[in-house]
Amino acid sequence: MQSNPQLNANGELRHLLSIEGLPRDVLGSILDTAASFVGVTEREVKKVPILRGKSVFNLFFEPSTRTRTTFEIAAKRLSADVINLNIAVSSQTKGESLLDTVANLSAMQADLFVVRHGSSGAPYLIAQHVKPHEHVINAGDGRHAHPTQGLLDLYTIRHYKQDFSRLSVAIVGDVLHSRVARSLIHGLTTLGTPEVRVIGPQTLLPTGVESLGVRVFHDMREGLRGVDVVVMLRLQSERMRGALLPSAQEFFKHYGLTAEKLALAKPDAIVMHPGPMNRGVEIDSSVADGPHSVILPQVTFGIAVRMAVMSMVAGN
Amino acid sequence: MKILIRNGRVIDPASGRDAIGEVAIADGRICEALPGKPERVIDAKGLVVAPGLIDLSARLREPGFEYKATLESEMDAAVAGGVTSLACPPDTDPPLDEPGLVDMLRRRAKVLTRARVYPVGALTVQLAGERLTEMAELAEAGCVAFSQANAPLSDSQVLWRALQYAATFGFPVWLRAEDHWLARGGVAHDGDVATRLGLPGIPAFAETIALGTLLELVRATGTRVHLCRLSSAGAVEMIREAKAEGLPVSCDVGVHYVHLSDMDLGYYDSHCRLTPPLRSQRDRDALSGGLADGTIDCLCSDHTPVDEDQKQLPFAEAEPGATGLELLLPLTLKWGAQRELPLAETLRRITSEPARILGVQSGRFAPGAPADVVIFDPQAPFKVAAATLRSQGKNTPFLGYELEGRVRFTLVAGNPVFEQA
Repeated sequence: MQSNPQLNANGELRHLLSIEGLPRDVLGSILDTAASFVGVTEREVKKVPILRGKSVFNLFFEPSTRTRTTFEIAAKRLSADVINLNIAVSSQTKGESLLDTVANLSAMQADLFVVRHGSSGAPYLIAQHVKPHEHVINAGDGRHAHPTQGLLDLYTIRHYKQDFSRLSVAIVGDVLHSRVARSLIHGLTTLGTPEVRVIGPQTLLPTGVESLGVRVFHDMREGLRGVDVVVMLRLQSERMRGALLPSAQEFFKHYGLTAEKLALAKPDAIVMHPGPMNRGVEIDSSVADGPHSVILPQVTFGIAVRMAVMSMVAGN
Repeated sequence: MKILIRNGRVIDPASGRDAIGEVAIADGRICEALPGKPERVIDAKGLVVAPGLIDLSARLREPGFEYKATLESEMDAAVAGGVTSLACPPDTDPPLDEPGLVDMLRRRAKVLTRARVYPVGALTVQLAGERLTEMAELAEAGCVAFSQANAPLSDSQVLWRALQYAATFGFPVWLRAEDHWLARGGVAHDGDVATRLGLPGIPAFAETIALGTLLELVRATGTRVHLCRLSSAGAVEMIREAKAEGLPVSCDVGVHYVHLSDMDLGYYDSHCRLTPPLRSQRDRDALSGGLADGTIDCLCSDHTPVDEDQKQLPFAEAEPGATGLELLLPLTLKWGAQRELPLAETLRRITSEPARILGVQSGRFAPGAPADVVIFDPQAPFKVAAATLRSQGKNTPFLGYELEGRVRFTLVAGNPVFEQA
């Protein structure tokens, strides 16, 4: 087995590819750094010179609006030059290979690649081939990982609940296809969360999901009982086309978050969602906009977390 | 040419012979004593002299995929690996579904005068799983068996008819058991590792369900079926029972599968993207054990040269397969050493056993048998490196590994076709 490709010889973050395998203290220091950037994002002049003169390439092989935008904002607040490449509609359709695309951008003096790709593991392949001074941040690969989302989820939980060591967290919905769920699960278990639950029908839970250190519930009411944090996952509409689910209506009835089901969680429970939300499919509007929801603060924290990660991998 | 190989440790797995001695060759065949003086003497002191290896699955990539490999490069790789006979699956482009194609392949191979090539014909036209090929014609052109390679045959009525038709002529059918629908879209063993890496899985029951269907059809038709590339513990158990029942089945396992498991995927090592997928350590141990106790008859390299560009891709997009002709011997020796088997027992899995399945006279040192011989140093170490592999495919999960077992001489029909000091 190769050594962890995201850490350098001193155990410092060189790339961010996955939360899995990051030591607890590295996770902690990312969250602490993010906290220091929250202040910056609230100032009138929202810029620090940490990445001044560096070029950040947003390499999105899959369409994304929110993640790409928050990475762009984060990079600009660190004073980097940002180049957005929407590759889903450019060179890949002309038959250029992933590594050729990266090599070409590297020739344009890139410092940091922010990569989203539909295939699990694609950022690992890129990280194996970049030059020593170049860095890779995974902005979502297939079903595998979305580490900055996981980190902003952890940041949000820490912000509202402080201590992970007493928490019970429920992750609800399409865990099978969710890179968000995998990243969050690794983060929560690394930080010592005693109870992580996944809730969903068997068709949307991956084989052997227990091996990730979670408890499995098929009954949402049972699964939500007494939890501190509820994380709802996005359900893609194409899931209804295969044999995974019969209909959005039936899914919502059993696995949609309503005020009535949320009442089973702790009275001060928070509700999170990585976005974009499907109201009426996985979450009811009254909950999404209700007092337990921290969905919009998640987005704000997301910028600080991405600034933290970018400054740690590519800052001097 | 009359050749005398002397001073070597002669191992003939078929007869159990394992002693320092001589092997005499005249007119391309093994003989008890040379008629007259040898024209060449090979001193095999410190080396093992064994029947040339027989590989039941090696893709030569001709016709159609010459950019991945050519007949010449792969035949070079074969003899450098001590492989003197190989069966090639029909998944070329076009597939081996017409006598003319088979004939051409055989003639091209013959001109190169290296390993013996035994084409396996397509069971269905274009391997599409719909219409039967002209099996009798293909057999006349030189096909030794019929197969779908890795192409699905999901219509079980076609499968049934194909087995009946093959049984009519006594042709063996070689099939890999995999339910096409259950395997659809999968790229790794459906288990903890695939879950962690976010890779779509192929469950082990995709193999056992298809195997159940095949065994039931063998029971109904009496067709001789060879099951290719077992991958799961459940399948080993089913074959064990089928053999105990007396069904006419045999089976093989790819040499990678007795050494590697899905854990070896590491950080998406596309060299471990194989068909069938590497499964759990428990499956690997069951395959290794099944091979040792004879449930699994033999090992094959399942040699599949893949262009490096097709491996330098995200795991799921990478082309499956590994190069294997030159690693079959060292990886088999490594397996035998791990099981603490006598060398003759180990070598049986790549000589006399595949010879029996192929129905050929080679793979043994009986007088009159074809003089296909490998002479190797079982302890000589070497490092697996792209530069030293003769195959055009450098794609192996064992790149950088130290393995033992180097081929010094390979003879086919009494002709030295490979020599390395």
